[in-house]
Amino acid sequence: MSTHLKPGDWIIALAGISLVAGLFSTLWGTAAGTTLIIRSGGKVVAQADLARNHDFEIAGPLGITVVSVENRRVRVARDPSPRQYCVKQGWLSHAGEAALCLPNQVSVELAGAIKRYDSLSY
Amino acid sequence: MTPSVINLPASQDDHRIARLAAFAIGLSLVEAALPSPLPGVKPGLANIVTLLVLQRFGWRAAAWVSLLRVVAGSLLLGTFLSPGFVLSFCGALLSLLVLALACKLPPDWFGAVSHSILAAFAHIAAQLAVVYFWLIPHAGVLYLAPVFAAAALLFGIINGLVASRLLGETSLKALPAS
Repeated sequence: MSTHLKPGDWIIALAGISLVAGLFSTLWGTAAGTTLIIRSGGKVVAQADLARNHDFEIAGPLGITVVSVENRRVRVARDPSPRQYCVKQGWLSHAGEAALCLPNQVSVELAGAIKRYDSLSY
Repeated sequence: MTPSVINLPASQDDHRIARLAAFAIGLSLVEAALPSPLPGVKPGLANIVTLLVLQRFGWRAAAWVSLLRVVAGSLLLGTFLSPGFVLSFCGALLSLLVLALACKLPPDWFGAVSHSILAAFAHIAAQLAVVYFWLIPHAGVLYLAPVFAAAALLFGIINGLVASRLLGETSLKALPAS
C-alpha cells in the first residue's frame, strides 16, 4: 500500500477530502435561523429575534393567526385556515424555512445571517 | 480477385491503442451491467486502463484510448449521441485536459492515485456543468454536487490504487510490447 501511495498522492487525497467536506458544508449545511419575519398580506408586520420566547397574534382576513417562538424555534400555533397546512408544518429552526397560511395571508419566515433564497419577498 | 484493395497501413501504435481501447470498452460494458445506487454514480473501471496507458505510453495514447472507449462503448450500448453520451464525452475531455497537466507533476511525488483523483474530479465537474447548463438549468442540481464529488473521490482513490498496483506487476510490462 505504502509503495503505491506517494507523498503527493496523500496531499491530493487530503485536498480532495477537504474539497468534498467544503462542498457538503456550503451546499448542504443549513445555518440556524436568527430572525423571524412575519408578513400579513405581503407586508411585514413583525420582525423579531429568536432569542426571546414570545407569542405573536397576527390579524388576517379570516381571523387571528398565532405564531409562537420557543427555544430558538418558531411555529404557527393556531390558524383559522381550513386545511391547517402551516400549523402541521411544525417547528421551523433553519434559515430560509417558511410557513404559509394561505387563506389568511399570513407567512412566517426565518432568516439567517446570510439570506439564502428569497422566494417570499415579492 | 478483388478489383481494388484499399490498404490502410496500421502501425504498431495503432494496434496497441486498439487493443487497450478494447480492454477499456470491455470494462465499460461490465460496468454498465452493474446496478448503481444513484444514477450517475459509477466506479469508472475503464479509467484504470486510461491511467495505465498514461503512465506507460504517454498522454496521446491515453487520449486515444479514452475517447475511443467513449465513442465505441456508446455504440455498443446504444447510447451514441444521447445525453448520456454527451456527458461521458465531456467528462472524458476535461479529464484528459487535467491529466495533460497532472502528468507534468514530478513523478517521484505524484503517482497514479493523484492522476486518478484529479481526473475523477474533472470528470464530475464537467458532467455537472453540462447537466446544469444544458439539461437541467436548476440550482437543485448543485445540491447533488457534494454526493457526486464524494463518489468521485472514493472511486478516484480506488481506481488509482488498482492502476498503481497493476503498474507494479511485471506481467503487465510485457503485455503491450507486441
